[in-house]
Amino acid sequence: MVTGPNGAGKSSLLRLLAGLAPPVAGSIRLEGAPESDTFGEQVHYLGHLDAHKLALSAADNLRFWRDLLGRGPSQGSVLGVEAAMEEVGLGGLGALPVAVLSAGQKRRLALARLLVAERPLWILDEPTTALDSSAQALFTALARAHTAKGGLLVAATHAPLDLGPSESLDIGAHAARTARDPDGGDPDGVDPDAAFAGEASS
Amino acid sequence: MTRAFLALVRRDLALALRAGGGAGLGVVFFLAVVTVTPFAIGPDLNLLARIGPAILWIGALLASLIGLDRLFAADAEDGSLDLMFMSELPMELAAAAKGLAHWLATGLPLVVAAPVLSLLLNLEPAAIGALCLTLLVGTPAVTFLGLIGAAFAAAFRRGGLLVAVLVMPLTIPVLIFGVAATSAAIGGTVPFGAPFRILAGLSLGALVLGPVAAAAALRATRE
Repeated sequence: MVTGPNGAGKSSLLRLLAGLAPPVAGSIRLEGAPESDTFGEQVHYLGHLDAHKLALSAADNLRFWRDLLGRGPSQGSVLGVEAAMEEVGLGGLGALPVAVLSAGQKRRLALARLLVAERPLWILDEPTTALDSSAQALFTALARAHTAKGGLLVAATHAPLDLGPSESLDIGAHAARTARDPDGGDPDGVDPDAAFAGEASS
Repeated sequence: MTRAFLALVRRDLALALRAGGGAGLGVVFFLAVVTVTPFAIGPDLNLLARIGPAILWIGALLASLIGLDRLFAADAEDGSLDLMFMSELPMELAAAAKGLAHWLATGLPLVVAAPVLSLLLNLEPAAIGALCLTLLVGTPAVTFLGLIGAAFAAAFRRGGLLVAVLVMPLTIPVLIFGVAATSAAIGGTVPFGAPFRILAGLSLGALVLGPVAAAAALRATRE
Protein backbone atom coordinates (compact mmCIF):
# COMPACT_ATOMS: atom_id res chain seq x y z
CA MET A 1 0.00 0.00 0.00
CA VAL A 2 1.54 3.29 -1.07
CA THR A 3 0.16 6.43 0.54
CA GLY A 4 1.18 10.07 0.50
CA PRO A 5 -0.10 13.55 -0.32
CA ASN A 6 -0.83 14.73 -3.87
CA GLY A 7 2.37 15.24 -5.81
CA ALA A 8 4.48 13.16 -3.46
CA GLY A 9 5.45 10.80 -6.29
CA LYS A 10 3.12 7.81 -5.78
CA SER A 11 2.29 7.51 -9.47
CA SER A 12 5.93 8.02 -10.46
CA LEU A 13 6.91 5.22 -8.10
CA LEU A 14 4.28 2.90 -9.54
CA ARG A 15 5.29 3.71 -13.14
CA LEU A 16 8.87 2.97 -12.15
CA LEU A 17 7.82 -0.34 -10.59
CA ALA A 18 5.81 -1.24 -13.68
CA GLY A 19 8.85 -0.63 -15.87
CA LEU A 20 7.19 2.31 -17.65
CA ALA A 21 9.71 4.86 -16.38
CA PRO A 22 13.43 4.14 -16.46
CA PRO A 23 15.13 4.00 -13.03
CA VAL A 24 18.06 6.38 -12.49
CA ALA A 25 20.05 3.48 -11.09
CA GLY A 26 19.44 -0.16 -10.29
CA SER A 27 16.98 -2.64 -11.73
CA ILE A 28 13.71 -4.28 -10.80
CA ARG A 29 12.92 -7.97 -11.05
CA LEU A 30 10.39 -10.40 -9.76
CA GLU A 31 11.84 -13.40 -7.99
CA GLY A 32 10.62 -16.79 -9.16
CA ALA A 33 9.50 -15.53 -12.56
CA PRO A 34 10.35 -17.50 -15.72
CA GLU A 35 13.61 -16.30 -17.27
CA SER A 36 12.04 -16.02 -20.70
CA ASP A 37 9.55 -13.36 -19.63
CA THR A 38 10.38 -9.66 -19.42
CA PHE A 39 9.41 -7.87 -16.23
CA GLY A 40 6.52 -6.07 -17.92
CA GLU A 41 4.91 -9.39 -18.84
CA GLN A 42 4.54 -10.25 -15.12
CA VAL A 43 2.69 -7.07 -14.31
CA HIS A 44 -0.85 -5.76 -14.62
CA TYR A 45 -0.71 -1.97 -14.55
CA LEU A 46 -3.88 0.01 -13.93
CA GLY A 47 -3.12 3.72 -14.09
CA HIS A 48 -5.23 6.85 -13.99
CA LEU A 49 -6.19 6.24 -17.61
CA ASP A 50 -8.49 3.32 -18.27
CA ALA A 51 -7.03 2.58 -21.75
CA HIS A 52 -10.44 1.96 -23.34
CA LYS A 53 -11.27 2.80 -26.93
CA LEU A 54 -14.54 4.72 -26.72
CA ALA A 55 -15.76 3.73 -30.20
CA LEU A 56 -15.48 -0.01 -29.54
CA SER A 57 -17.85 -2.06 -27.41
CA ALA A 58 -16.96 -3.01 -23.84
CA ALA A 59 -16.58 -6.68 -24.80
CA ASP A 60 -14.38 -5.83 -27.81
CA ASN A 61 -12.09 -3.75 -25.59
CA LEU A 62 -11.81 -6.55 -23.06
CA ARG A 63 -11.29 -9.19 -25.78
CA PHE A 64 -8.46 -7.10 -27.26
CA TRP A 65 -6.64 -6.82 -23.93
CA ARG A 66 -7.15 -10.53 -23.27
CA ASP A 67 -5.44 -11.33 -26.59
CA LEU A 68 -2.67 -8.75 -26.14
CA LEU A 69 -1.85 -9.35 -22.46
CA GLY A 70 -2.86 -12.97 -22.01
CA ARG A 71 -1.08 -16.07 -23.15
CA GLY A 72 -3.58 -18.15 -24.98
CA PRO A 73 -6.56 -20.24 -23.94
CA SER A 74 -4.61 -22.91 -22.04
CA GLN A 75 -4.79 -21.21 -18.64
CA GLY A 76 -6.95 -22.57 -15.88
CA SER A 77 -7.84 -19.74 -13.55
CA VAL A 78 -8.40 -17.02 -16.16
CA LEU A 79 -11.95 -15.87 -16.70
CA GLY A 80 -13.54 -15.49 -20.11
CA VAL A 81 -14.63 -12.06 -21.32
CA GLU A 82 -18.31 -12.61 -20.43
CA ALA A 83 -17.49 -14.10 -17.03
CA ALA A 84 -15.09 -11.27 -16.17
CA MET A 85 -17.73 -8.66 -17.03
CA GLU A 86 -20.26 -10.55 -14.94
CA GLU A 87 -17.75 -10.58 -12.08
CA VAL A 88 -17.34 -6.79 -12.01
CA GLY A 89 -21.07 -6.16 -12.32
CA LEU A 90 -21.22 -5.28 -16.02
CA GLY A 91 -23.08 -8.40 -17.14
CA GLY A 92 -25.21 -7.76 -20.22
CA LEU A 93 -23.48 -4.47 -21.11
CA GLY A 94 -20.84 -6.05 -23.35
CA ALA A 95 -22.39 -4.87 -26.63
CA LEU A 96 -22.52 -1.20 -25.61
CA PRO A 97 -19.79 1.15 -26.83
CA VAL A 98 -17.58 2.30 -23.98
CA ALA A 99 -18.45 5.91 -24.81
CA VAL A 100 -21.90 5.52 -23.24
CA LEU A 101 -20.67 3.91 -20.00
CA SER A 102 -20.34 6.02 -16.84
CA ALA A 103 -16.98 6.80 -15.23
CA GLY A 104 -17.53 4.12 -12.59
CA GLN A 105 -18.52 1.55 -15.20
CA LYS A 106 -15.38 2.33 -17.21
CA ARG A 107 -13.32 1.77 -14.07
CA ARG A 108 -15.11 -1.53 -13.47
CA LEU A 109 -14.28 -2.54 -17.05
CA ALA A 110 -10.63 -1.66 -16.39
CA LEU A 111 -10.73 -3.93 -13.32
CA ALA A 112 -12.16 -6.72 -15.48
CA ARG A 113 -8.95 -6.50 -17.53
CA LEU A 114 -7.05 -7.81 -14.48
CA LEU A 115 -9.18 -10.95 -14.59
CA VAL A 116 -8.92 -11.94 -18.26
CA ALA A 117 -5.12 -12.35 -18.22
CA GLU A 118 -3.12 -14.02 -15.48
CA ARG A 119 -0.25 -11.95 -14.07
CA PRO A 120 1.33 -12.34 -10.63
CA LEU A 121 1.93 -8.67 -9.79
CA TRP A 122 -0.83 -6.06 -9.89
CA ILE A 123 0.26 -2.43 -9.83
CA LEU A 124 -2.78 -0.25 -9.28
CA ASP A 125 -2.81 3.52 -9.20
CA GLU A 126 -5.86 4.76 -7.26
CA PRO A 127 -7.90 1.68 -8.23
CA THR A 128 -11.08 2.79 -6.50
CA THR A 129 -11.43 6.20 -8.22
CA ALA A 130 -15.04 6.75 -9.34
CA LEU A 131 -16.20 3.43 -7.88
CA ASP A 132 -19.35 3.30 -5.75
CA SER A 133 -19.34 1.54 -2.38
CA SER A 134 -20.50 -1.81 -3.77
CA ALA A 135 -17.77 -1.70 -6.42
CA GLN A 136 -15.20 -0.83 -3.75
CA ALA A 137 -16.27 -3.92 -1.80
CA LEU A 138 -16.04 -5.87 -5.04
CA PHE A 139 -12.52 -4.58 -5.65
CA THR A 140 -11.48 -5.56 -2.13
CA ALA A 141 -12.79 -9.08 -2.73
CA LEU A 142 -10.91 -9.33 -6.06
CA ALA A 143 -7.69 -8.09 -4.47
CA ARG A 144 -8.01 -10.52 -1.57
CA ALA A 145 -8.65 -13.41 -3.98
CA HIS A 146 -5.56 -12.39 -5.96
CA THR A 147 -3.30 -12.31 -2.89
CA ALA A 148 -4.84 -15.55 -1.60
CA LYS A 149 -3.67 -17.23 -4.84
CA GLY A 150 -0.14 -16.01 -4.06
CA GLY A 151 -0.28 -12.84 -6.13
CA LEU A 152 1.40 -9.58 -5.22
CA LEU A 153 -0.34 -6.24 -5.25
CA VAL A 154 1.03 -2.71 -5.04
CA ALA A 155 -1.62 0.00 -4.79
CA ALA A 156 -1.43 3.75 -4.38
CA THR A 157 -4.51 5.02 -2.65
CA HIS A 158 -6.13 7.73 -0.57
CA ALA A 159 -9.11 5.61 0.41
CA PRO A 160 -8.61 3.19 3.28
CA LEU A 161 -8.64 -0.28 1.72
CA ASP A 162 -8.90 -3.41 3.80
CA LEU A 163 -6.85 -5.86 1.76
CA GLY A 164 -5.75 -8.17 4.53
CA PRO A 165 -2.09 -8.51 5.55
CA SER A 166 -0.09 -5.75 3.87
CA GLU A 167 2.84 -3.40 4.32
CA SER A 168 2.51 0.30 3.77
CA LEU A 169 4.93 2.83 2.38
CA ASP A 170 4.27 6.49 3.13
CA ILE A 171 6.03 8.50 0.46
CA GLY A 172 5.09 11.78 2.10
CA ALA A 173 7.26 11.07 5.13
CA HIS A 174 10.17 10.08 2.93
CA ALA A 175 9.78 13.16 0.72
CA ALA A 176 9.68 15.42 3.79
CA ARG A 177 12.87 13.83 5.05
CA THR A 178 14.58 14.35 1.69
CA ALA A 179 13.44 17.96 1.60
CA ARG A 180 15.10 18.62 4.97
CA ASP A 181 18.28 16.90 3.87
CA PRO A 182 18.80 17.70 0.18
CA ASP A 183 21.86 15.46 -0.12
CA GLY A 184 20.10 12.42 1.28
CA GLY A 185 18.16 11.19 -1.71
CA ASP A 186 17.40 11.87 -5.31
CA PRO A 187 15.67 15.15 -6.09
CA ASP A 188 12.33 13.61 -7.05
CA GLY A 189 11.85 12.30 -3.54
CA VAL A 190 11.69 8.75 -4.90
CA ASP A 191 14.64 6.68 -3.80
CA PRO A 192 15.06 3.47 -5.85
CA ASP A 193 15.97 1.52 -2.73
CA ALA A 194 12.80 2.58 -0.95
CA ALA A 195 10.78 1.57 -4.00
CA PHE A 196 12.37 -1.84 -4.01
CA ALA A 197 11.67 -2.42 -0.34
CA GLY A 198 8.05 -1.42 -0.84
CA GLU A 199 7.55 -3.94 -3.61
CA ALA A 200 9.31 -6.80 -1.90
CA SER A 201 7.33 -6.55 1.29
CA SER A 202 3.82 -5.77 0.15
CA MET B 1 2.49 -13.66 -30.09
CA THR B 2 0.63 -14.13 -33.38
CA ARG B 3 -2.60 -13.81 -31.41
CA ALA B 4 -1.51 -10.48 -29.92
CA PHE B 5 -0.34 -9.23 -33.35
CA LEU B 6 -3.63 -10.12 -35.03
CA ALA B 7 -5.63 -8.68 -32.12
CA LEU B 8 -3.88 -5.33 -32.56
CA VAL B 9 -4.40 -5.33 -36.36
CA ARG B 10 -8.08 -6.22 -35.88
CA ARG B 11 -8.64 -3.51 -33.25
CA ASP B 12 -6.96 -0.77 -35.28
CA LEU B 13 -8.88 -1.74 -38.41
CA ALA B 14 -12.17 -1.73 -36.47
CA LEU B 15 -11.33 1.71 -35.04
CA ALA B 16 -10.41 3.09 -38.48
CA LEU B 17 -13.59 1.79 -40.11
CA ARG B 18 -15.90 3.04 -37.33
CA ALA B 19 -17.52 6.45 -37.70
CA GLY B 20 -14.88 9.12 -37.10
CA GLY B 21 -12.06 6.64 -37.65
CA GLY B 22 -10.82 8.42 -40.75
CA ALA B 23 -10.35 5.46 -43.12
CA GLY B 24 -12.25 7.19 -45.93
CA LEU B 25 -10.47 10.51 -45.47
CA GLY B 26 -7.42 9.55 -47.54
CA VAL B 27 -9.49 8.47 -50.55
CA VAL B 28 -11.54 11.67 -50.43
CA PHE B 29 -8.36 13.76 -50.35
CA PHE B 30 -6.92 11.70 -53.24
CA LEU B 31 -10.13 12.26 -55.20
CA ALA B 32 -9.98 16.00 -54.51
CA VAL B 33 -6.37 16.37 -55.70
CA VAL B 34 -6.92 14.38 -58.89
CA THR B 35 -10.22 16.01 -59.92
CA VAL B 36 -8.96 19.54 -59.31
CA THR B 37 -5.80 19.08 -61.40
CA PRO B 38 -7.45 19.05 -64.89
CA PHE B 39 -9.30 22.25 -64.02
CA ALA B 40 -6.07 23.95 -62.99
CA ILE B 41 -3.99 22.74 -65.94
CA GLY B 42 -6.58 23.03 -68.66
CA PRO B 43 -8.09 20.56 -71.12
CA ASP B 44 -4.83 19.57 -72.82
CA LEU B 45 -5.25 15.78 -73.05
CA ASN B 46 -1.67 15.07 -74.10
CA LEU B 47 -0.24 17.11 -71.26
CA LEU B 48 -2.57 15.42 -68.75
CA ALA B 49 -1.58 11.96 -69.97
CA ARG B 50 2.09 12.91 -69.60
CA ILE B 51 1.92 14.34 -66.08
CA GLY B 52 -0.96 12.09 -64.92
CA PRO B 53 1.19 9.44 -63.19
CA ALA B 54 3.05 12.14 -61.26
CA ILE B 55 -0.19 13.82 -60.13
CA LEU B 56 -1.64 10.49 -59.00
CA TRP B 57 1.53 9.61 -57.13
CA ILE B 58 1.68 13.00 -55.37
CA GLY B 59 -1.97 12.63 -54.40
CA ALA B 60 -1.42 9.12 -53.08
CA LEU B 61 1.71 10.17 -51.18
CA LEU B 62 -0.03 13.05 -49.41
CA ALA B 63 -3.16 10.98 -48.76
CA SER B 64 -1.03 8.26 -47.16
CA LEU B 65 0.28 10.77 -44.63
CA ILE B 66 -3.23 11.69 -43.45
CA GLY B 67 -4.07 10.23 -40.06
CA LEU B 68 -0.51 9.15 -39.31
CA ASP B 69 -0.12 11.80 -36.60
CA ARG B 70 -2.90 10.14 -34.56
CA LEU B 71 -1.58 6.60 -35.00
CA PHE B 72 0.36 6.40 -31.72
CA ALA B 73 -0.82 9.68 -30.19
CA ALA B 74 -4.34 8.34 -29.63
CA ASP B 75 -2.95 5.30 -27.80
CA ALA B 76 -0.59 7.45 -25.76
CA GLU B 77 -3.45 9.71 -24.64
CA ASP B 78 -5.80 6.98 -23.40
CA GLY B 79 -3.10 4.89 -21.72
CA SER B 80 -3.16 1.99 -24.21
CA LEU B 81 0.45 2.60 -25.23
CA ASP B 82 1.66 1.92 -21.66
CA LEU B 83 -0.03 -1.46 -21.68
CA MET B 84 1.37 -2.32 -25.11
CA PHE B 85 4.84 -1.98 -23.61
CA MET B 86 3.84 -4.65 -21.08
CA SER B 87 2.72 -7.23 -23.63
CA GLU B 88 4.78 -10.19 -24.79
CA LEU B 89 4.48 -8.61 -28.25
CA PRO B 90 7.67 -6.58 -28.79
CA MET B 91 7.09 -2.91 -29.55
CA GLU B 92 8.64 -3.40 -33.01
CA LEU B 93 5.94 -5.90 -33.93
CA ALA B 94 3.24 -3.78 -32.28
CA ALA B 95 4.34 -0.86 -34.46
CA ALA B 96 4.31 -3.14 -37.52
CA ALA B 97 0.79 -4.32 -36.64
CA LYS B 98 -0.43 -0.73 -36.35
CA GLY B 99 1.30 0.13 -39.65
CA LEU B 100 -0.32 -2.83 -41.38
CA ALA B 101 -3.78 -1.89 -40.09
CA HIS B 102 -3.21 1.74 -41.14
CA TRP B 103 -2.16 0.69 -44.64
CA LEU B 104 -5.16 -1.64 -45.01
CA ALA B 105 -7.47 1.20 -43.97
CA THR B 106 -5.90 4.09 -45.94
CA GLY B 107 -3.28 2.78 -48.41
CA LEU B 108 -5.16 -0.10 -49.99
CA PRO B 109 -8.26 2.02 -50.82
CA LEU B 110 -5.96 4.41 -52.72
CA VAL B 111 -4.67 1.55 -54.87
CA VAL B 112 -8.25 0.47 -55.55
CA ALA B 113 -9.38 4.01 -56.39
CA ALA B 114 -6.40 4.79 -58.65
CA PRO B 115 -7.68 3.07 -61.86
CA VAL B 116 -10.95 5.01 -61.73
CA LEU B 117 -9.20 8.31 -61.12
CA SER B 118 -6.66 7.54 -63.87
CA LEU B 119 -9.49 7.88 -66.41
CA LEU B 120 -9.93 11.52 -65.37
CA LEU B 121 -6.31 12.18 -66.35
CA ASN B 122 -6.52 10.43 -69.75
CA LEU B 123 -4.04 7.67 -68.88
CA GLU B 124 -3.68 4.78 -71.32
CA PRO B 125 -4.39 1.21 -70.11
CA ALA B 126 -0.71 0.24 -69.89
CA ALA B 127 -0.02 3.24 -67.68
CA ILE B 128 -3.01 2.46 -65.44
CA GLY B 129 -1.74 -1.09 -64.88
CA ALA B 130 1.78 0.12 -64.11
CA LEU B 131 0.47 2.86 -61.83
CA CYS B 132 -1.61 0.45 -59.74
CA LEU B 133 1.31 -1.94 -59.46
CA THR B 134 3.71 0.81 -58.33
CA LEU B 135 1.15 2.19 -55.87
CA LEU B 136 0.56 -1.30 -54.45
CA VAL B 137 4.29 -1.71 -53.89
CA GLY B 138 5.06 1.90 -52.94
CA THR B 139 2.29 2.96 -50.54
CA PRO B 140 3.33 0.45 -47.81
CA ALA B 141 6.77 2.09 -47.90
CA VAL B 142 5.19 5.51 -47.26
CA THR B 143 3.05 4.18 -44.39
CA PHE B 144 5.91 2.32 -42.70
CA LEU B 145 8.31 5.23 -43.04
CA GLY B 146 5.49 7.34 -41.62
CA LEU B 147 5.49 5.17 -38.49
CA ILE B 148 8.71 6.93 -37.46
CA GLY B 149 7.10 10.37 -37.57
CA ALA B 150 3.94 8.99 -35.95
CA ALA B 151 6.00 7.68 -33.02
CA PHE B 152 7.54 11.10 -32.44
CA ALA B 153 4.15 12.79 -32.79
CA ALA B 154 2.90 10.71 -29.84
CA ALA B 155 5.35 12.52 -27.57
CA PHE B 156 4.21 16.01 -28.56
CA ARG B 157 0.86 17.72 -28.59
CA ARG B 158 -0.31 18.73 -32.05
CA GLY B 159 2.41 16.80 -33.85
CA GLY B 160 0.58 16.79 -37.21
CA LEU B 161 2.99 19.12 -38.98
CA LEU B 162 5.92 17.32 -37.38
CA VAL B 163 4.92 14.09 -39.10
CA ALA B 164 4.86 15.79 -42.50
CA VAL B 165 8.22 17.49 -41.94
CA LEU B 166 9.91 14.33 -40.64
CA VAL B 167 8.43 11.87 -43.07
CA MET B 168 8.25 13.77 -46.37
CA PRO B 169 12.02 13.80 -47.06
CA LEU B 170 12.20 10.06 -46.39
CA THR B 171 9.45 9.35 -48.91
CA ILE B 172 11.02 11.32 -51.78
CA PRO B 173 12.94 8.28 -53.17
CA VAL B 174 9.70 6.27 -53.14
CA LEU B 175 8.00 9.04 -55.14
CA ILE B 176 10.88 9.32 -57.64
CA PHE B 177 11.07 5.61 -58.41
CA GLY B 178 7.29 5.15 -58.32
CA VAL B 179 6.78 7.81 -61.00
CA ALA B 180 9.84 6.66 -62.95
CA ALA B 181 8.56 3.09 -63.15
CA THR B 182 5.11 4.27 -64.25
CA SER B 183 6.60 6.54 -66.94
CA ALA B 184 8.86 3.74 -68.11
CA ALA B 185 5.84 1.53 -68.72
CA ILE B 186 4.40 3.97 -71.29
CA GLY B 187 7.62 4.45 -73.22
CA GLY B 188 10.91 5.95 -72.22
CA THR B 189 14.57 5.24 -72.24
CA VAL B 190 14.68 2.80 -69.28
CA PRO B 191 12.78 -0.51 -69.06
CA PHE B 192 9.98 -0.81 -66.45
CA GLY B 193 11.89 -3.41 -64.42
CA ALA B 194 14.81 -1.27 -63.30
CA PRO B 195 13.03 1.51 -61.34
CA PHE B 196 10.35 -0.94 -60.22
CA ARG B 197 12.89 -3.22 -58.58
CA ILE B 198 14.44 -0.27 -56.76
CA LEU B 199 10.94 0.74 -55.60
CA ALA B 200 10.32 -2.78 -54.30
CA GLY B 201 13.68 -2.69 -52.52
CA LEU B 202 12.85 0.64 -50.89
CA SER B 203 9.52 -0.80 -49.77
CA LEU B 204 11.08 -3.90 -48.24
CA GLY B 205 13.66 -1.76 -46.46
CA ALA B 206 10.94 0.50 -45.06
CA LEU B 207 8.90 -2.52 -43.87
CA VAL B 208 11.85 -3.57 -41.70
CA LEU B 209 13.35 -0.22 -40.69
CA GLY B 210 10.11 1.69 -40.05
CA PRO B 211 8.79 -0.42 -37.13
CA VAL B 212 12.26 -0.77 -35.57
CA ALA B 213 12.88 2.98 -35.70
CA ALA B 214 9.34 3.74 -34.50
CA ALA B 215 9.75 1.40 -31.50
CA ALA B 216 13.07 3.03 -30.65
CA ALA B 217 11.44 6.47 -30.86
CA LEU B 218 8.55 5.38 -28.63
CA ARG B 219 10.97 3.98 -26.05
CA ALA B 220 13.11 7.12 -26.13
CA THR B 221 10.22 9.55 -25.76
CA ARG B 222 8.08 7.83 -23.12
CA GLU B 223 8.19 9.63 -19.83
